[in-house]
Amino acid sequence: MSVDYDVIVIGAGPAGYVAAIRAAQLGLKTACIEKWLDKNNKPVFGGTCLNVGCIPSKALLDSSHKYLEAKHAFDAHGIGTGEITLDVPKMIQRKQKVVDQMAGGIGGLFQANKVSPISGVGKLLKDKKVEVRSNDGKTQTLSAEHVIIAAGSVPIEIPPTPTDGNVIVDSTGALEFQAVPKRLGVIGAGVIGLELGSVWSRLGSEVVVLEATESFLPMVDQQIAKEAKKILTKQNLDIRLGAMVTGSKLKKGKSPSVAVQYKDKNGDQEIIFDKLIVCVGRKPYTEALLSDDCGVEKDERGFIKVDNHCLTNIPGVYAVGDVVRGPMLAHKGSEEGVMVAEIIAGQKAALNYDLIPSVIYTHPEIASIGKTEEQLKADGVEYKVGTFPFLAVGRAVAANDSDGMVKMLADAKTDRVLGCHIIGPSAADLVQTVTVAMEFSTSAEDIGMTVFSHPALSEAVHEAALAVNGHAIHMPNRKRK
Amino acid sequence: MAIEIKAPSLPESVPDGTIATWYKQEGDAVTRDELLVDIETDKVLLEVVAPDNGVLKSINKAEGDTIVSNELLAIFEVGAATANTEKEAAPAKVEAQVLEDNSGVEVLMSPAAKKLIEENSLSPNSIKSTGKDGRITKEDVLKHLETAAAEGAKAAEGNEAPTPASNAESSIANSAAYTGARAEERIPMTRLRAKVAERLLKATTTTAMLTTFNEVNMQPVMDIRNRYKDLFEKKHDGTRLGFMSFFVRASIEALKHYPAVNASIDGSEIIYHGYQDIGVAVSSPRGLVVPVLRDADAMSLAAIEKNIRDYGVKARDGKLSIEEMTGGTFTISNGGVFGSLLSTPILNPPQTAILGMHKIQDRPMAVNGEVKILPMMYLALSYDHRMIDGKEAVQFLVTIKEMLEDPARILLEV
Repeated sequence: MSVDYDVIVIGAGPAGYVAAIRAAQLGLKTACIEKWLDKNNKPVFGGTCLNVGCIPSKALLDSSHKYLEAKHAFDAHGIGTGEITLDVPKMIQRKQKVVDQMAGGIGGLFQANKVSPISGVGKLLKDKKVEVRSNDGKTQTLSAEHVIIAAGSVPIEIPPTPTDGNVIVDSTGALEFQAVPKRLGVIGAGVIGLELGSVWSRLGSEVVVLEATESFLPMVDQQIAKEAKKILTKQNLDIRLGAMVTGSKLKKGKSPSVAVQYKDKNGDQEIIFDKLIVCVGRKPYTEALLSDDCGVEKDERGFIKVDNHCLTNIPGVYAVGDVVRGPMLAHKGSEEGVMVAEIIAGQKAALNYDLIPSVIYTHPEIASIGKTEEQLKADGVEYKVGTFPFLAVGRAVAANDSDGMVKMLADAKTDRVLGCHIIGPSAADLVQTVTVAMEFSTSAEDIGMTVFSHPALSEAVHEAALAVNGHAIHMPNRKRK
Repeated sequence: MAIEIKAPSLPESVPDGTIATWYKQEGDAVTRDELLVDIETDKVLLEVVAPDNGVLKSINKAEGDTIVSNELLAIFEVGAATANTEKEAAPAKVEAQVLEDNSGVEVLMSPAAKKLIEENSLSPNSIKSTGKDGRITKEDVLKHLETAAAEGAKAAEGNEAPTPASNAESSIANSAAYTGARAEERIPMTRLRAKVAERLLKATTTTAMLTTFNEVNMQPVMDIRNRYKDLFEKKHDGTRLGFMSFFVRASIEALKHYPAVNASIDGSEIIYHGYQDIGVAVSSPRGLVVPVLRDADAMSLAAIEKNIRDYGVKARDGKLSIEEMTGGTFTISNGGVFGSLLSTPILNPPQTAILGMHKIQDRPMAVNGEVKILPMMYLALSYDHRMIDGKEAVQFLVTIKEMLEDPARILLEV
């Protein structure tokens, strides 16, 4: 019996569209179902990342950074400006243009690779059939040889602060403010909270970040996390740890606001914000995705259960991206999509989950690869550390952008690099070079023996590698206990 | 018309070979059947000849390169050589981290690994690599140094008098070699020698090997020889009657009586062979090789002598085939030709025993209460005690001795 498609992908976010493109490249007849519609009810690709996540947040981070520089940093360079003005709607519009351009790009890629895009809500039925319900209510059922579920995730709501899309918003809403909120509250000092808090703080908001746990960025190497907190606090982000939000009360009217109640070690507190962003995490999105009899199992946290190769318990049905276990990162989803497409095409594909880099786009950027010092301690691994501050990097000092450091961890015996954590300018790209080297089992000495351009920010990576073995050139080497 | 010159099909037990010598250069005119290149394997030297008259157009594998079965070695242009065969200068390949080891295989390694390898004079081929695509990582070298402390000693010491304090492992020990003014020549092991070395080491470390001795009065055999050697030579087309045939036949009879000595160990199983393939150790310019007399039981004394002689010639000329050297259920080694009086031969795995013959030396022996000068030879039987009991080994050797001292027993099979 012939099927409609070799591969049907449900979801055109970074995991889904990449899986679809790769499958098509490998000669598989592929369709990609996407339910997202833009403001004009037109189907749009790219999912959360492109529309309300990675891309728009980076656009606003860059815009707000430029504003900050213009307002406060030009003077040091001898550049005088008149009064710096801010047109928030224009900034938001530019962001939208960036999003539209990138989303359009995906449409173009689909066309070029002959992926059939289908607009509608996809639902997995039994026997690898997929039902698509389009906006006008019409449904069709498609059959496939293989199905890849890439339905993504949505923000987690918490009962004390239900979003109303106006005063209390989620991350999506936080990218649409038409004016700079005077007092901005952020619940959750994670990646999204710090990034969005940074955007509006730079544009003039008084930002308070309420974090329920006592620890700050627990997944990040704590030496780096500590440095980050110091720097972000200096940037006027009021980060309050151990602050558990217990309730909220909206105040309507001409200037609506919200009073937030929270508990900290000093007792009950209340604070009033003009806008409140709730970003305490994201959960996998499986609503209306799986029919009752499709057979696909989920785990206890609601993620679709998959093995190391993203295969669900149903043969021929895969799931990738935020809807399955693992770090909720776009590139992780994309690479899972590639892996699955290649497996379907008969290749022996696999993903190295141990070397997935991650980035926080505050300024300075925070980026990580491999194990943190805490993880090595917990695993009982003997390690050595090398750190190097950007203060000692000519390029960084020349740019007046020398906050932060590179930290490299290596096995004490074999010198193999086990982790690298950077807070500083271009941290994401610097960590990427170390990631590539780690894929080849690099030792710290190998990186130390590689020639690095001067003057460049990456010299900090070079020197940190030398520091691991006690002989960095551009700073005195202290024996670390 | 261009023809591809390919390496011959290597037998199953031989994974690859090394280009040993090119006898012709690119652009040379070659006649049919002229020798083009020697390929060295663990066991034999293989020759590749020109298929026709023509020109060796291009050489694809250089001396020292490793090749596999049927791999392309060169392109051959049939027909007369053209006047102008310009050789293109091969672009110098700048391979940053590639060290050619003694067998010419490109071994990839990280910069730090290369440094360590050079500092410790290691052979990249001997290091177990765990990096991507077989790269040697720094970790691999460190592990290797840890487990092979002897490597450091070997690199450092050489002819130097034993230095008391210095730790053989550290590279400081290596630099000691530089301070001495005595000349040293460092030649990488040939592939064959390296392989032989590996097997010898394996034999001594994986078997419970020991040796039992006896002595045999060679007078009876020598008497037979003296009486019949001319007739033998005449009757058997010039094949000379030596001692080996007697030893081989005596061994075969003894092996029939003691099957354990004719057995092999394969993992946890013992294989009792229903035939006797006797390996005869032969010295060749390239090293010790052991061609095998197959189904030696069926061979007459003349056949045995002839075959051994043929093997000797082939070994000298490097023309032994791999099939001729594979297998064997029992080996005889004769150190006597070089003057050895007594020795402990090493087993030839997976065989469980090896007979060592030695120099025939006149010695005063007690015979019926009198002292007589007899031509005596010490016999040594090294055996794997896991397989063969002491009693069996001793009795086996005694059987051989008795047969040699009374050759009629070989004939009568008693």
